[in-house]
Amino acid sequence: MAAATNVVEVRDLCKYFPIKAGLFGRVVGQVHAVENVSFSIKRGTTMGLVGESGCGKTTIGKTLLNLTPKTSGEVIFNGDTHLDALKGKALREFRPKMQIIFQDPYSSLSPRLPVGEIIGEAVREHHLVPEAEFDAYISRVMKSCGLHDYQKDRYPHEFSGGQRQRICIARAIALNPDFIVCDEPVSALDVSIQAQIINLLEDLQKEYNLTYLFISHDLSVVQHISDTVGVMYLGNMVEFADKTEIFANPLHPYTQALFSAIPVPDPTVKMNRIILEGSIPSPANPPSGCKFHTRCRLCREVCAQKAPKTMDMGNGHRVTCHMYDPESGYGKA
Amino acid sequence: MFKKKTDANYISARESRKISRENVKITRELDKRLSRKRVPESEYLTQMANPENVVEFDNLHTYFFTDVGTVKAVDGVTFEVPKGKTVGIVGESGCGKSVTSLSLMQLVQRPNGQIVEGSIRLNLGNKAYDVAKMPIDAMRQVRGNVVSMIFQEPMTSLNPVFRIGFQLDEVISLHNPQMSKEDVKRRSIEAIQMVGIPDAEGIYNRYPHELSGGMRQRIVIAMALACNPGLIIADEPTTALDVTIQAQILELLRKLKSEINASIMLITHDLGVIAEMADYVVVMYAGRVVEKGLANEVFLDPRHPYTIGLMESKPVINKAVDRLYSIPGSVPNPVNMPDYCYFSDRCEKCVERCAGKYPPEAHVSDTHIVSCWRYYNEKR
Repeated sequence: MAAATNVVEVRDLCKYFPIKAGLFGRVVGQVHAVENVSFSIKRGTTMGLVGESGCGKTTIGKTLLNLTPKTSGEVIFNGDTHLDALKGKALREFRPKMQIIFQDPYSSLSPRLPVGEIIGEAVREHHLVPEAEFDAYISRVMKSCGLHDYQKDRYPHEFSGGQRQRICIARAIALNPDFIVCDEPVSALDVSIQAQIINLLEDLQKEYNLTYLFISHDLSVVQHISDTVGVMYLGNMVEFADKTEIFANPLHPYTQALFSAIPVPDPTVKMNRIILEGSIPSPANPPSGCKFHTRCRLCREVCAQKAPKTMDMGNGHRVTCHMYDPESGYGKA
Repeated sequence: MFKKKTDANYISARESRKISRENVKITRELDKRLSRKRVPESEYLTQMANPENVVEFDNLHTYFFTDVGTVKAVDGVTFEVPKGKTVGIVGESGCGKSVTSLSLMQLVQRPNGQIVEGSIRLNLGNKAYDVAKMPIDAMRQVRGNVVSMIFQEPMTSLNPVFRIGFQLDEVISLHNPQMSKEDVKRRSIEAIQMVGIPDAEGIYNRYPHELSGGMRQRIVIAMALACNPGLIIADEPTTALDVTIQAQILELLRKLKSEINASIMLITHDLGVIAEMADYVVVMYAGRVVEKGLANEVFLDPRHPYTIGLMESKPVINKAVDRLYSIPGSVPNPVNMPDYCYFSDRCEKCVERCAGKYPPEAHVSDTHIVSCWRYYNEKR
């Protein structure tokens, strides 16, 4: 396996969902779920992906893994593997390298399989370990995820939410992946259990040198776990930067509003809150120009007319806003 | 109670039948009392301990009689909601925070769920009622009128087959039967305007599915405010919403509270929301209040190990920690809980006395009260 620095590289990823109508399912429009998103994730790091519901976070996670086919763009794994080029058997052999942990641990585990089988099913299918070592291997994986050996024969309904999430993590880890998409893994859990799962994810990352794409709407969790953060709005990535950079110096007006909306558990802190009016527009019929201009407090004429370019502000801090583009005509108005 | 087996959760079919028979005896008795018609008011009339409070929970016990044993969902909860203040109730799921509020509305699932002990004194201005003793038809006059509730899921708390306007009118005309149809409609539209929705007349004729989540939550709030209640119970009002919408809704609640001078009982598991909204904080664990006090006291000087753990286990924005603290173990099984500090199994600061009886309340200050043995000696 070539040890490329970027485990995942995404270039101009687009995903449109067709809207069908009428008796024959004629395509009458398209939902622009993800549009021109580019980013890369270095080996052993975590990228956080934040945004409101319906902004395309989960779609990115799924298209990365080819769980839903993309419309256009490129996804490159380990520096040389183009996911589009892989078909059939080759794709199947590549699958163990990338895994996903779903949001709801109650609906993502089959109720009819014992836990050992849930974790080991894919391991056996891909012939990752010899049959003789199979049991010992599953036990080892379960142990590293904080589950007990004797729980192997139990069924998912016998476990609590936190333990189920551990099973989901064990199932992903068992295939010895390079890259894991964590799709809101802690939002369905209680605060005290959340901390356990986050710690587990961090421990496993150190142990196996894993790379995560951590999708969440909880900004404080993202700040805790991520190395880089991407902010999504209506299918576009409006800002991308290092964690420390983006939280200290958010540039995009949406990011600023989003960060100011986080409640801080300290009654003495009075937040200077930017309250966004209205709610997220429909992605089937997005606003013209900059998609955020309908809710932006700094909106000017140009914002409604043309889409902003992505500007590099140094240190890999990228922002998509007319304010930071000297040629956009924003300053003139 | 029955004999304890090696596996605490296991009971035989025979035992289960026996429990179920006994439960029916108990719940039928309690239910009969509630369903009586034409009960004299004197029976549930009571005195407020402090007339400045809207509600006083006094040693409330709400139990669920299930076939595997009694679940003490609320087990001796005492706190009060002062006029015009916001009281935040925090705790993990299953700690009894919702059941406490449902008890106040008498909406606990009957016949299995029953208030078995204690009282809830509700201030109606010139008189006070004890909700725990109130029969069902008297309760109907209070519900939605004096106390109203904002539920967690704006998606499920509106009826999808009726227009928004119809659902709002229903509340208003039920509590104001003398009002004419036009007046009721005007009042509904006022209520929609009050929660900051533009085009109130248009919304009046819409169906719930035509609105976004944030809008629906605003409608649910409008419905709760329609009769100018003295107390609003907000049960996780923002949990299902995005952060930016959450900020809008919290801002709205704060504004409306000062406008109609109501008290808010805010139930949530998000400590950030509590810190921002609440004047008083009540921390619950496994059906009991473990700590309560002014927001500043509880947040800046948390005393109970559970409160401390809860605060440390949540990552805070712009406050970097290498590793999150996690409270070991999980919430205990609520069936047939023993009478010692429920948190002692998960507590890292246990002292010898923790194995004994449930700790009494210890006063840190006049308003800051904590139920933990470690602070009991400090006082007296």
